[in-house]
Amino acid sequence: MKLELIGITKRFGTFVANDHIDLVVEPGQVHSLLGENGAGKSTLMNVLYGLYDPTEGEIRVDDERVSFKGPGEAMAAGIGMVHQHFMLVPVFTVAENVALGNETTRGAGLLNLSRTRERIREISDQYGFAVDPDAVVEDLPVGVQQRVEIIKALVRDAEVLILDEPTAVLTPKETDELLGIMGQLTKDGKSIVFISHKLREVKAVSHVITVIRRGKVVATADPSASTTELASLMVGRSVSLSLDKAPAVPGEVSFRVRDLVVQAANGQRVVDGLSFDVADGEILAVAGVQGNGQTELTEAILGLQDHVSGSITLGGTELVGRSVKEIISAGVGFVPEDRSVEGLVGTFSVAENLVLNRYDAAPFARGLSMSPAAVAQNADEKIAEFDVRTQSASSPAGTLSGGNQQKVVMARELSRPLKLFIASQPTRGVDVGSIEFLHRRIIAERDGGTPVVIVSTELDEVLELADRIAVLYRGRLMGIMPGTVSRDVLGLMMAGMSADEALAQVHDVQGGNL
Amino acid sequence: MSPQDENPPAPASGNSASSRRAARENSEQDERRVQEATETADGELPPPAAEATAPVPEPETDPESDPQERSLLYRVMTGSALVAFLSVVLSLILGGILIAVTDPEVARASSYFFTRPLDTLSAAWSAASNAYVALFQGSVINVRGTSFTSVIYPLTQTLTVATPLICAGLGVALAFRAGLFNIGAQGQILIGATFAAWVGFTLHLPAGVHLLLVVLAGMVGGAVWAGLVGVLKARTGAHEVILTIMFNYIATNLVLYFLSTPAFQRPGSTNPISPQLDSTAVYPLLLGSAFRLHWGFVVAVVATVFVWWLLNRSTVGFELRAVGANASAARTAGISVSRGYILAMAIAGALAGLAGVAQVSGTEQVLTSGVAASFGFDAITVALLGRSSPWGTFAAGVLFGAFRAGGVTMQASTGTSIDIVLVVQSLIVLFIAAPPLVRALFRLPVPGAESTGKRGKKNKGTPTRTPASTGAAA
Repeated sequence: MKLELIGITKRFGTFVANDHIDLVVEPGQVHSLLGENGAGKSTLMNVLYGLYDPTEGEIRVDDERVSFKGPGEAMAAGIGMVHQHFMLVPVFTVAENVALGNETTRGAGLLNLSRTRERIREISDQYGFAVDPDAVVEDLPVGVQQRVEIIKALVRDAEVLILDEPTAVLTPKETDELLGIMGQLTKDGKSIVFISHKLREVKAVSHVITVIRRGKVVATADPSASTTELASLMVGRSVSLSLDKAPAVPGEVSFRVRDLVVQAANGQRVVDGLSFDVADGEILAVAGVQGNGQTELTEAILGLQDHVSGSITLGGTELVGRSVKEIISAGVGFVPEDRSVEGLVGTFSVAENLVLNRYDAAPFARGLSMSPAAVAQNADEKIAEFDVRTQSASSPAGTLSGGNQQKVVMARELSRPLKLFIASQPTRGVDVGSIEFLHRRIIAERDGGTPVVIVSTELDEVLELADRIAVLYRGRLMGIMPGTVSRDVLGLMMAGMSADEALAQVHDVQGGNL
Repeated sequence: MSPQDENPPAPASGNSASSRRAARENSEQDERRVQEATETADGELPPPAAEATAPVPEPETDPESDPQERSLLYRVMTGSALVAFLSVVLSLILGGILIAVTDPEVARASSYFFTRPLDTLSAAWSAASNAYVALFQGSVINVRGTSFTSVIYPLTQTLTVATPLICAGLGVALAFRAGLFNIGAQGQILIGATFAAWVGFTLHLPAGVHLLLVVLAGMVGGAVWAGLVGVLKARTGAHEVILTIMFNYIATNLVLYFLSTPAFQRPGSTNPISPQLDSTAVYPLLLGSAFRLHWGFVVAVVATVFVWWLLNRSTVGFELRAVGANASAARTAGISVSRGYILAMAIAGALAGLAGVAQVSGTEQVLTSGVAASFGFDAITVALLGRSSPWGTFAAGVLFGAFRAGGVTMQASTGTSIDIVLVVQSLIVLFIAAPPLVRALFRLPVPGAESTGKRGKKNKGTPTRTPASTGAAA
């Protein structure tokens, strides 16, 4: 099936989200859409999937003009979408999920799941998905859940699959598997629209790359183009993807974690006996797939977790058992992993958010009375220093873009003398231009002699920033590696292999070329 | 209303945690995308004008991106002033229709509607307009008054009735800003009134000191009563709505019990009515003996100023608002959420206690089980209409005071039941709770609306949403 988007324009009021976008997806192709957050990729796909009416332009399927009034019609026309957030009912089985919305019945409204099961097995065998139709979805790993989503689309005879940032939630290994599946699907004549901003993956799997910037197609690139080239196209200026950073000059070890155990409410050990040190002027990156104890680790350091045992010392002072306020006053800067939930109060102004944990200290308050003037002055300074793009200091922080929200959080945490800096997912959802800036600030903090702990699920980020890398798997430390370790070794460790095993395996495969 | 109390998800079931996170990211991204697109990607600031004029289609209040900030209740309680105003107008119109429909004159005229339809219409018009004129004259200025006193008397009546409404409404509003839905103003008024009254008729102290003690006792009573709810919520996670409703029952029956004990009864009497408060324990009249308006109103004004300062200018208010708007972020910033809950409830209770004082030291001067009337429940409406802002609550309190004061005159002079006032009040709540309805009726633009007519339509959970009604806390 050939899918064409011709001159698609989507306006919201006077704002143009998509500006005359042309796109041709040939059968058997992986067509990548590359662009920063907010470039208009999602809007375009929502137009294609029938969620938005295009303001102008048309969609053609096999040279015939179509218009979709909703996802149902798009699906009927052979377009399937796998959302970044899976649309699965966790307590249902795979078969039930696949059947949902497309149930076959045998009279009297009785479900006929055996037919669905059959189809799942067929598809699963055909593409080597290894999905059991009777497994309950919530018990499945994320990668398999994603395959269930793909099966859902295939069962409905999708010819064009839209994959929206499919690798964001996957381990490196699962990502490779997904890329393999995409290859098979295209071999079979299906076409795939692959939305991503991860250049490596895009290059690995695409046949054609369309780069979108500010709602316009700025280039059609060949997968053989270099990552730097693609990044420049995406951002619109030359970007240095590798950060020039001086080697770390580790000083004294002032931050120590010993036998740290964090228990969840159900008694499960979500952080299981961690011990590590971070020296002054050193960045320790904590790598791992989302949900392997990183969140709890950082929260335990800040005193946000309840059932913590073991010891966390900063400059000889024990932090376990102290209140968040005491720990913050002890000089811990903290960038939480989800800025809109933990980092910012969305309805508060940018200025208020910039003093969210210092509102009661001089010069922002005298006694119980706050000084709006001091708060505003601080805001003006920080907004200028961190290049926060906001209409004004009194705009609600929730109206800022993700990158600018993150700059607000970073500005707040980095603008006081720190003895330890912890940042979780410091650049998640942040545009490429801001990533560079934020990374530089983190390195500057390190060079100022602060021990820094970075938690990131993005290997690129980990490798770029880290002086040493700790890998977490199911709350346990798989090992601490030097910052120069290879991606493959990290990938294996993130999947639960010990450092030695991972090194040995990579060694075997590559014949010693680390 | 308090999902913030749950622990972060356990990681081993990693899937749900990460997919949820992905969801968040996804919706975040979606929310951001157009806004970010207004920035240039090439690292230069766009011309400021361009940025300012580009309307951002995604409203900042996204009900999914942050459930606790964006709960329906939150949006209702902090909705736009225009919607509040229009809700009042609409309710008055509907109330007018109701007055006309239930009017006996109109009923008579309508029996020959098809021969002389104008009779029905004019009867309907005069029924409604007479009732509202009476309502106005009973609550603002009596244009037929013969002396200055009688002309402005209705206004002072309004303010007198508004006093407890304002105080208790402030309590509800303040608690709400801290994320607590305080249904318990009724109980807090009762307990505050009980404390105040007891001090008022049991102790015999010099003027000034006595009144001061009475006021303090009322505040302490309310604060303790509501503070208990705060403590229970902070320590055990019990829901404050359930707690405050139950505490209302306890308070009502507790007062009944007190009134059955000799300590609260008049000597030689077993009636459930307390002795008269000492003259040193009552609020002096503000405008002389011709009016019932007492100093309690001044206290209400001071309370309004105080609450404004507390919320907008003090560190405590900063904490309370942060806890209310996003408890997770507050906790991460080192603000104690438990302390916030307890403090917010205690202050809210103290304010409701002031309402109790206004009753026992102002208008009633004795303690009965009916001393709180329905002020505690009306206070919720007042705070709702006032959008939980101090001065909004003040204005709404005055409006409701006018309804109550004018309703009496209306019933007396036109025979329209005072219940119509209740209906109007209830309609106001209904309309405020349904901003889209009001917007649709007046064809107001939806905040952050955009051109497509299709968003959110059976979207199967895809990242489109109906634009939420916006409105940051005032």
